[in-house]
Amino acid sequence: MVILGTPTAESSELYAVTMTEGDPSWAGALAGTALGLPVFHVTEDEVKNGVNKELYESEVGVAEMVLDLPVIQEAVKKVRERSSTPVA
Amino acid sequence: MDLKGKRVIALGERDGIQGDAIGKIATAAGAEVVLQVTHCFV
Repeated sequence: MVILGTPTAESSELYAVTMTEGDPSWAGALAGTALGLPVFHVTEDEVKNGVNKELYESEVGVAEMVLDLPVIQEAVKKVRERSSTPVA
Repeated sequence: MDLKGKRVIALGERDGIQGDAIGKIATAAGAEVVLQVTHCFV
């Protein structure tokens, strides 16, 4: 699985699409390569609820406060539901 | 989600959350981090 730490909805979607459907810009090595990997943003509940809370707060907590989480999470979720294989 | 035993690619960004921070929390949760990078687009 892929865990992203991207700061905007646009960059999150770009990374998520590259890891699932292939490079959308057709400029890199993953052009036309659909890996279908399950992609999550580190702030999504699926990840956040599975890790140590104190460690999460110390490593991610401050950055989390300044990011626009709802739009970032929605962007990643949309791509994941469209193109990722389910997590085993 | 239980990360134990999962293989994780941690793609961080300098202006967001760094790859090593993602790797650290994933490793602590029992995941195997197979790739950890922090991109910088400045």
